[in-house]
Amino acid sequence: MEWETVIGLEVHVSLSTKSKLFSGSDTKFGSEPNTQANIFDLALPGTLPVFNEEALRMAVRFGLAIGAEIGKRSVFDRKNYFYPDLPKGYQITQLDFPTVGKGSLNVTLDDGREKKIGVTRAHIEENAGKSLHEEFSGMSGIDLNRAGVPLLEIVSEPEITSADEAVAYLKKLHTIIRYLDISDAIMALGSMRCDVNISIRPIGETELGTRTEIKNINSFRFVEKAIHTEVLRQQEILEDGGRIIQETRRYDSERDETSSMRSKEVANDYRYFPEPDLLPIEIDDDYIEAVRSELPELPDAKKTRFCTEYKLSDYDASVLVSTREMAEYFETVAQEGGDAKIASNWVTGDLQALLNKSNLEISESPIEAGRLASLIARIKDNTISGKIAKTVFETMIDNPATVDEIIEEKGLKQVTDSGEIKNLVEEVIANNPDQVQQFKDGKEQVIGYLVGQAMQLSKGKANPGQVNTLLRDKMK
Amino acid sequence: MIEKTVAELSAALSAGDVSSVELTQAYLARIAKHNATLNAYITVCEKPALAQAQKADEARADGASGPLLGIPMAHKDIFCTKGVKTTCGSKMLHNFIAPYNATVVEKLKTAGTVMLGKTNMDEFAMGSSNETSHFGPVRNPWDTDRVPGGSSGGSASAVAADLCAIATGTDTGGSIRQPASFCGITGFKPSYGRVSRWGMIAFASSLDQAGALSKSAEDSALLLNAMAGLDLKDSTSIDRKVDDYTSSLNDSMDGLKIGIPRQHFTEGLSADVEQVIRDALAEYEKLGATIKEIDLPNNHLSVSAYYVVAPAEASANLSRYDGVRYGYRCKSPIDLEDMYKRTRSEGFGDEVKRRIMVGTYALSAGFYDAYYRKAQKIRRLIKNDFNDAFKEVDVIVGPTSPHTAFELGAKTDPVAMYLEDIYTIAVNLAGLPGASIPAGLAKGLPVGMHLVAPDFAESKLLNIAHQFQSNTDWHKRKPPICDGEG
Amino acid sequence: MALDKSEVEKIAHLARLRVSEAESDEVANRITDILTLIDQMQSVDTDSVEPLAHPLDVVQRLRKDKVTETDQREKLQALAPDTQDGLFLVPVVIE
Repeated sequence: MEWETVIGLEVHVSLSTKSKLFSGSDTKFGSEPNTQANIFDLALPGTLPVFNEEALRMAVRFGLAIGAEIGKRSVFDRKNYFYPDLPKGYQITQLDFPTVGKGSLNVTLDDGREKKIGVTRAHIEENAGKSLHEEFSGMSGIDLNRAGVPLLEIVSEPEITSADEAVAYLKKLHTIIRYLDISDAIMALGSMRCDVNISIRPIGETELGTRTEIKNINSFRFVEKAIHTEVLRQQEILEDGGRIIQETRRYDSERDETSSMRSKEVANDYRYFPEPDLLPIEIDDDYIEAVRSELPELPDAKKTRFCTEYKLSDYDASVLVSTREMAEYFETVAQEGGDAKIASNWVTGDLQALLNKSNLEISESPIEAGRLASLIARIKDNTISGKIAKTVFETMIDNPATVDEIIEEKGLKQVTDSGEIKNLVEEVIANNPDQVQQFKDGKEQVIGYLVGQAMQLSKGKANPGQVNTLLRDKMK
Repeated sequence: MIEKTVAELSAALSAGDVSSVELTQAYLARIAKHNATLNAYITVCEKPALAQAQKADEARADGASGPLLGIPMAHKDIFCTKGVKTTCGSKMLHNFIAPYNATVVEKLKTAGTVMLGKTNMDEFAMGSSNETSHFGPVRNPWDTDRVPGGSSGGSASAVAADLCAIATGTDTGGSIRQPASFCGITGFKPSYGRVSRWGMIAFASSLDQAGALSKSAEDSALLLNAMAGLDLKDSTSIDRKVDDYTSSLNDSMDGLKIGIPRQHFTEGLSADVEQVIRDALAEYEKLGATIKEIDLPNNHLSVSAYYVVAPAEASANLSRYDGVRYGYRCKSPIDLEDMYKRTRSEGFGDEVKRRIMVGTYALSAGFYDAYYRKAQKIRRLIKNDFNDAFKEVDVIVGPTSPHTAFELGAKTDPVAMYLEDIYTIAVNLAGLPGASIPAGLAKGLPVGMHLVAPDFAESKLLNIAHQFQSNTDWHKRKPPICDGEG
Repeated sequence: MALDKSEVEKIAHLARLRVSEAESDEVANRITDILTLIDQMQSVDTDSVEPLAHPLDVVQRLRKDKVTETDQREKLQALAPDTQDGLFLVPVVIE
């Protein structure tokens, strides 16, 4: 039987506010346990929540970036359940009236296909603390530093039909969030987490199959693998005539399999009701427009602009806008270096390779944009050839000298002196009588070999264009 | 001296007739004598109280003044008091030393009051007789076989028996007004949002409001002047100017329109209580007020709606008591679930557990619309009834309770106990200010008259109460326990 | 609405309370009585009535995003039944 996969994603993003969602505690990552948990975070009797305006602004920023409806009136609710990392015994979240309503994301798939994926909603809620399972004489330790850190939970429509689409959606979401500067969104650190809802159905079937939810996957690659694994598992069960149980599962990346997280808990019953300690949040058009006016240029718009303004290919433009930092780096190099195409090739080529090799972000690049721009400028004005530029680039990594100083110091300047070139050409002609004859007999492609010989003689410094012209002159 | 009102004590303190230390010593002596019988205090803060009194006297000597400076008072044990045990009447918090002050406590400290101690209460404020306290029942000074009412029964008993000059209380469904009525004192609940809830241990967040138990309406006004106001730590505290609640106490009653709800004078109201209230109303007529019957057609649903909203909110508010970060934890739990269940079953009393279960049920899957949402709709109808009534009258007056204080152990059926608050509960659902003032005696026991005003009309309400007290002396009557003492 | 023992058990579990076999009937009866009281409100038609969640018809205030709290761990953990290395200890949490 042919199967079709239906996937919905729930992504939790930690908003990078300075203080917590409902208290003035610090949100810094990695501090000593429970040093950032005040009396509200510990749910001491009598404490009350006070809402952080920055979390609202960040949520609205996100909503506007995905063209979503913004809730003019959002309401907080209590979601009740007991867990030691949830001090109040309820999580403050938004059920019926989220701050961000329906929106969508455009993703580009590996085969170049574009797809619009709907976002059902995004709501503001509190994070829980952490349970640590190291040995504490048979006990678990609870750290509440993370309890109350604001989260934005972004829920997609069940419109994703493959692991590739899921990853493309996540990457796009990640890019937008980083552009908006509302979260670090680092999956490995948990500031972006993903729950995947998966079901399959025979192609042509309109009813959704029973879904399973895979919780807390912490990398794009694992999302992809977990989906593949889970889809296969579901197919095997259904093809054997079995039934899928609606349940929460966890993905074990080492064994590449999913397993049930079924606990003793009877079906969850969260008993949501409106949070009486907080009042409805109301925002007006002025507020929304003020947030809109502060939005940065977003990746889709930037990509279009790069294509038209810098005449870049669609592919190059997509690579360059994949992070805001890379796009900004590129623009500096293109503008100061004077050639966007060369700039694009260097940023996506040599520079990217260098960063990958040393596992660095572009913001940590050993060669900053201004220096790479000077290098491009020297290629552009023929001071050095593209090939010599690679040597200069290698040198620049550890050598803080300017591009011109490096060229000077290493004597890498391109030979453009016509006297020197004339000598080179004469030497090549003298050394290669056979090839010269072949050229004269009309074998045009031999010219490449002869230019190569001249370049070799000059150790790469001769201007290949000049060599070519002069060779043709002399062999007439 | 200790029988005097705050206004009178304040005058005596500024005249130098008495010092705060002397007063504090007198109250502490009185507590030492009667608390064993009345059980009004859970914690008495003898040394800190004397130190605060000393400070107040020194401040006064340095030129400081203020109507509450040096006044010995008590706080209901629902308010967090830094460094002082704060139990909320529960075993769950029997060892909880609050690390911070409630805003109410902080404000009254700033005003110069002396904290004598923390008063007994129904566990987590859930009760109408003060019999649900983990620390034992409080007794009514008018008849120690009777209950003082609840949940602020400790505060009411302490004020009535002169174990303090004035006390704070909280009112979720009548918890200030009903004990004030039973103990023959003035109880005042401001509008929802008028006084900060920060540091006041939550029972039902959308209903809870702090107020005063006092010997006169004027004293309530003095306390409210210091307690009320915007608090950024409580999102539901309102940003609205605080009046000087004493400034209009003497306004005339001439032309005042009093509404009496038909629904509050029906079967269930004891005849002698009704007579006292009708006599009191006649007093207002003498002062120039007119009386008109009004309808609160949905009042009879208030108890039903309340017993959904309050337990639902409480079921969540009390989830934090899990034995992890503070408070009681059961001995040697075998696993996490055992810790939760035993901690909570051993730490909470029966009434609290009952309400948590009712609230949990009302919110559980499939019942939300039939219970919680329905109750919120009834709440709207109740609020609308009041809005309609206040188009015609300035104040609504009736009995606070259907009868006078009953005997300890007389009411074992929870539903019968819930119906105790039939006249007061609607006021909390609507968020209005309400008061109970002594209106007379029935068979030797105090009868409270219930006054309700529109949103944030505290000044008017206190004015109306004060005018009654300026022309009668029911509020000056003392329980027998006070006989033969100075 | 009358509650049976299994429903009592279910609610008790949701609320993390333990109701012993011996108490079960009594608890079920008491709660049933309360639900009967509550059910009086079902007599009124409220189809066209807007729910009232809160007595105040005002909106949420917003707090500036500022860190105002300092580390109080030592003081606060003094209140806790069991701690170690700055952590609150509980019986093992099984995820």
